[in-house]
Amino acid sequence: MSAPTYDLGKLHGGLRLTAHKEESTAAPIQHVPVPAQLVLPLTQHSGDPAQPVVDIGETVLKGQLIASPDGRLGAPVHAPSSGKVLAIEPWPVHRRHGDNAPCIVIACDGADRALEIPRPAACYDDLPGDLLFERILEGGIVGLGGAAFPTAQKLMQAASGDLEFLILNGVECEPYISCDDALMRERAREIVGGARILMRALRLEHCYVVVESDKPESIRALGEALAGVDDARLTLKQVPTIYPSGGEDQLVQLVTNREVPSGGLPSDVGCLVQNVGTAAAIHDWIVDREPLISRVTTVTGDGVAKPMNVLARLGTTVADIVAFAGGYTERAKRLIVGGPMTGKSVTTDRVPLVKASNCILVLGDIPAVAPEKPCIRCGECAEVCPVQLLPQQLYWYACADDEAKLRSYGLTDCIECGCCDLVCPSHIPLTADFRVAKARIREMADEKARAERARRRFEARNQRLDAEQRDRERELAAQKEHAKKAGPRAIAEILERQRSKDKD
Amino acid sequence: MWTAILTISALALVAGLALGIASRTLPADRSSLVLQVDELLPQTQCAQCGYPGCRPYAVAIVEDGAPINLCPPGADATVRRLASLLGRDPAPLTEPAPASRIVAVIDESRCIGCVHCRSACPVDAIVGAHQLMHTVIAAECTGCELCIAPCPVDCISMQARS
Repeated sequence: MSAPTYDLGKLHGGLRLTAHKEESTAAPIQHVPVPAQLVLPLTQHSGDPAQPVVDIGETVLKGQLIASPDGRLGAPVHAPSSGKVLAIEPWPVHRRHGDNAPCIVIACDGADRALEIPRPAACYDDLPGDLLFERILEGGIVGLGGAAFPTAQKLMQAASGDLEFLILNGVECEPYISCDDALMRERAREIVGGARILMRALRLEHCYVVVESDKPESIRALGEALAGVDDARLTLKQVPTIYPSGGEDQLVQLVTNREVPSGGLPSDVGCLVQNVGTAAAIHDWIVDREPLISRVTTVTGDGVAKPMNVLARLGTTVADIVAFAGGYTERAKRLIVGGPMTGKSVTTDRVPLVKASNCILVLGDIPAVAPEKPCIRCGECAEVCPVQLLPQQLYWYACADDEAKLRSYGLTDCIECGCCDLVCPSHIPLTADFRVAKARIREMADEKARAERARRRFEARNQRLDAEQRDRERELAAQKEHAKKAGPRAIAEILERQRSKDKD
Repeated sequence: MWTAILTISALALVAGLALGIASRTLPADRSSLVLQVDELLPQTQCAQCGYPGCRPYAVAIVEDGAPINLCPPGADATVRRLASLLGRDPAPLTEPAPASRIVAVIDESRCIGCVHCRSACPVDAIVGAHQLMHTVIAAECTGCELCIAPCPVDCISMQARS
């Protein structure tokens, strides 16, 4: 194993936040029993919803495909345990803050019978890269860091470019969340195995496994795992604990000192970033033939009796998981799925655990947020912005709904990390405003495209009508011309015919 | 002295040529203003402004000084943008803007195949033939409502887009 290295690029801005991670990392990962009922949303990934391939009443086995991707971007969904399909119906999901989205509901039979997935005779080493991508897609694997982008598509996209580094993201910089830390401590070997599969699929020669320096147990476990495989291509790197250094582009900057261009992807600078959990999931699927049907998630916050990291089947409701963690405390006031900075508050604990749920955060009393005051243009927000935007200007243009300015000041590059909100002395909810503004400019772009289409169709129709009109006029003129040429003789002929008819 | 004269003449010639080419190839100012105004209009082609489509309205605004507040689908935002483009004062809309995007829906069981709506549609978003059922291509419908009036059996209604 090579020694941890520290030669790093520099991250602009960022914040040192109170970690709140010791509460949940005290004990090892606990296994949540399979509940009586599992709820599987059809959209657990970015892209188009998957289409159910099972009928209501059908018996399914653990690991069986129940919904398959439809459209360009998507991932399949598998049954996390055996049972019967109870319904395919709307159910609250965290993606929509507790509003409904179509889900497959499975009543578990408790037997947890698994579908026999034939193990490939050959080891993955013999599979060509394209086939590996296909396999990864079949496993329903998506990015487990929170964005849930389908992994296979990300790999295919990255493979089309000139790749140099695989970066395994073990930088769990958001407060409270510790599921990746727990995973790295306990399943470092699978993570390293997943990384080697990825390197094999993409024919990469360099991999950085990146961890924050405040996670000594993870560093030790990963170090041992790396020593175990004795592969010089993999290097362990430590980075300082600064939020949001775990953001994809930020991590690339930090590790390789290359800046991902505005509107670009890490693959534009030769990098592919994968979460450590994703790597472990790839290993589980390719080597152990278990599709993505469970994940490690952190249940924490002062509203939970026993904060911990749990391994739960996808589809287990948040209520079941919190009950497993000792239930709510009296202080519990607010439920967030995801971290405190980028997570989503939900209105009900009936929402199920999905592929993207890395944390279930129950917070107690929220410190009263002071009322919003006018911007005093102090510039603190620009100092902490990791993307080097000017939030105070963006705020200005967002208020004015000035699409062109918002674009030219790089609103679309905002990663919504929330740093600017935290430091704003006027308590302006900048990130929320930016989210709205982003949606607004997307909408405006759609409107523009629609208008352009309508304009083209309108003009084409006018042209057609004009042409028809011209044709008619030309025809009429030709008829007149003909009549004129034929002249009085033709008219006399017609009259003659008429007269002879009358005689008969 | 001759160098100076030649240099200045050469410069004048080059500048003159450049300006000449520009004035021939670039569109004239007036029509480019019409294009800019047309760009800001929502292209529903609904004729609610009293002109037969967005382009004719744009021409009327630029050439005849038509009011800029006649476009309900464009809402207040369009009036504001037109005002700042043309240096005029924004005025409240003459009719309230629609609350949401709408689409025409033909009740196919009642359609008699008269083709009147198809001829009225400004963006060719209705398909159908004589004596045969018609239907609306929802993706192309701008919600202009021009097909409602010609229908002899009142089988077309406007519905909110999902």
